[in-house]
Amino acid sequence: MKKKIKIKIKLNGKTKNVDKNSKLSNIIKNFKIPLKKVAIELNEEIVDKKKLNKISLKTNDKIEIVHFIGGG
Amino acid sequence: MSKDKFIIAKKNFKSRLIVGTGKYKNMKECAIAINLSGADIVTVAVRRVNIIDKKKPLLMDYIDPKKITYLPNTAGCFNSKDALRTLRLAREIGGWKLVKLEVLGDKKNLFPEMIETLKSTEILTKEGFQVMVYCNDDPLMAKRLENSGACAIMPLAAPIGSGLGILNQTNIKIIRSQTKLPLIIDAGLGQASDATIAMELGCDGVLVNTAIAKAKKPFDMALAFRNAVIAGRQSYLAGRINKSIMGERSSPKKGII
Repeated sequence: MKKKIKIKIKLNGKTKNVDKNSKLSNIIKNFKIPLKKVAIELNEEIVDKKKLNKISLKTNDKIEIVHFIGGG
Repeated sequence: MSKDKFIIAKKNFKSRLIVGTGKYKNMKECAIAINLSGADIVTVAVRRVNIIDKKKPLLMDYIDPKKITYLPNTAGCFNSKDALRTLRLAREIGGWKLVKLEVLGDKKNLFPEMIETLKSTEILTKEGFQVMVYCNDDPLMAKRLENSGACAIMPLAAPIGSGLGILNQTNIKIIRSQTKLPLIIDAGLGQASDATIAMELGCDGVLVNTAIAKAKKPFDMALAFRNAVIAGRQSYLAGRINKSIMGERSSPKKGII
């Protein structure tokens, strides 16, 4: 079986190794958090949540997943 | 009182008390305190999802955004760029357009950076946001914010979390006299009577977080603030008597024995 190539990305500030050409939707699914409760940025651009399965990740991509928490 | 409406950005709210959701021991305590406060607007922060602890409770599991209006806040932002980024993300979460802009300028006193705040207000308004703006108690700057499209003016009473109460009542009165926009005291209140004073000065509402969350008994303080805001508003609408340096007797002279 052909070994999958890994790439480095940054997810919420932390470095992660993921398969090359991973879809953004797969990364988000890992969190088991409903999409309607989060917003997602890819390289400081807001991502349309309907298009997550069309976005393939590249080396050094920076993903931010945010939600609401308690604050003043 | 039934006709006394509290309207922000054309939306009618029941309570003139807005509460923050930070600094509570846990989400359950926060949710109970909000319920007791009677608030129907709560401020919330936008932060990274915890990627290590995936089971961490979510705010939305405790406070239903369909029942309580979430007011996304830019607390922790020290420049316009970060504030704009935060609020654009907030809007993306679920279409929030009513937001609270807070751009801080100093890490110790947490006073607002007004130049960045003004710049951000202009941009956000153009992008279709309804911006409630945390600001200092400067009437001139409040006017500029109003002219830039702010939907509510939110001057501080005192530094955030300080509990000092309203330090400059005169400025708040001046701001009140010059604007028809909702005027909401934001930050620095320490006890329920501070909220009453704010309302008696003619403010339309108050925003409280630390004074409730960090009170010895947060639930009791939430109730106290609820009552204090109602009392202050009633007192303001009732119209206070004129002040006099001399006494004026309450009983008639006629018929004294």
